[in-house]
Amino acid sequence: MSELTGSPGAAASDDAIPAPSGFSFENVHRNAMIDQMNNSSAGGVGVGASAAAAAGSSPGYLPMATKTGTTIVGLVYKDGVVLGADTRATGGSEVADKNCEKIHYLAPNIYCCGAGTAADTEKTTEIISSQLELLRMNMGGVQSRVVTACTMLKRMLFRYQGHISAALVLGGVDATGPHVFQIYPHGSTGKLPYTTMGSGSLAAMSVFETGWTEGMSEAEGVELVKRAILAGVFNDLGSGSNVDTCVIRTDGTTTLNRGAVTPNDVKPLRDSIRRSDMLNMRPGTTAVLKSEFSAAKRGGVTLADVTVTEMET
Amino acid sequence: GTTILAIPFPGGVVMGADSRVSTGTYVANRTSDKIAQLHDTIWCCRSGSASDTQALTDYVKHYLGQLAVETGRSPTVKVAAHLMRKLCYENKDNLLAGVIVGGWDAVDGGSVYNIPLGGSCIKMPFAVGGSGSTFIYGLLDSEFRPGMSREEAHDLVKLAISHAMARDGSSGGIIRTVVVTEEGNAREYVPGDQLPFGP
Repeated sequence: MSELTGSPGAAASDDAIPAPSGFSFENVHRNAMIDQMNNSSAGGVGVGASAAAAAGSSPGYLPMATKTGTTIVGLVYKDGVVLGADTRATGGSEVADKNCEKIHYLAPNIYCCGAGTAADTEKTTEIISSQLELLRMNMGGVQSRVVTACTMLKRMLFRYQGHISAALVLGGVDATGPHVFQIYPHGSTGKLPYTTMGSGSLAAMSVFETGWTEGMSEAEGVELVKRAILAGVFNDLGSGSNVDTCVIRTDGTTTLNRGAVTPNDVKPLRDSIRRSDMLNMRPGTTAVLKSEFSAAKRGGVTLADVTVTEMET
Repeated sequence: GTTILAIPFPGGVVMGADSRVSTGTYVANRTSDKIAQLHDTIWCCRSGSASDTQALTDYVKHYLGQLAVETGRSPTVKVAAHLMRKLCYENKDNLLAGVIVGGWDAVDGGSVYNIPLGGSCIKMPFAVGGSGSTFIYGLLDSEFRPGMSREEAHDLVKLAISHAMARDGSSGGIIRTVVVTEEGNAREYVPGDQLPFGP
């Protein structure tokens, strides 16, 4: 019961500790100072309605966390699961990464799409992936189960009471069959035959609700996932660029298709830009009047400079 | 946003719930399962924060399993309810959870305990909770009689939840029920287009 009452991260102690061992609480002090700066400026900050936004409405005191505004989806089909994600990462209203990877590896048979704060989704899935591998080693190599990953993720997220902003679509195939789970930042989970998350989830869900049927083929499943993500890419400002898909099959094979659909390829646009010829000058444009070569003076330490002293035991 | 309900009958208990999980105005899961099993014949209906109630359910399930092994007998519904109450009360500042614990045991037969937000625990002739419960107090007060049969209790659970779903925006989807008796548990659901009452 004390697990529920305890909160993560005890307050920092200001006593000088001679040897730096154990946890470092420097960031607690830094965060307190930032809070103080924020609260003293303009009498308190009005935070926007979205719980996921960092307190960034004050001018530049807090760096905007890079978020995956995002459309992520997962569905179960006849012989496995298909996961899909867009590839846009935003920092505020700017696109920070046009082609980031939102489908994370958890186990050979389990992958996880992540929406929310990019660092949180990346690191959370890495931690659980590591725990799953250790568990496989300790348990004699038995394949990881999707519910195991789900439970590990929800326990960690609940412990952090929603401060880890990671909304996940977990999918995989194990001995009990194909499964898709949705996991929310506060630690609640839901098991569904198909699900969508992220800012583009409503656009994607409309496609799923129209098109999903039980026992689809792989081609149908992948096509539906692509259409769902494209709905988010084109109709949601927080999602964009390409579609990544991941098919995990009951026969044990997995196909991670990075850039399955690339409707926003920027290369043709860049190639059509006419730049000044000064940037592409041929060698020989400038006349060479005289050439002179001399051996470079070799400075620095060589083996000749090393003096060997016998080690005293 | 939820409607949860539990009505005991001679020999057991009927647990019922809607299936809507909403984040703001969006329905995140329209077929969720809000009736969780705590032990062989002890179940609980969850309302409030999904993450909090899922975590609570996992804790109590774990403790009851341990207790069963240590004492060599099935725990009673009263014990399950009091364990749940202890967690809800002692962590009341950090939790948003209203649960109804119900089930069958050899000591009290079918029984129902209501554990609302603050962490109080009251044994009741029937219990209802969640945002949709406000709309069906009148219906339940008029239709409920002590000592109803299994079928009557089951029908009343489904009727009452339909009425709540019709009036409460945060309740909807399908009606899930579990009939708990000494012999075991019978899980059923009523699809959203076959509700006893509705538009």
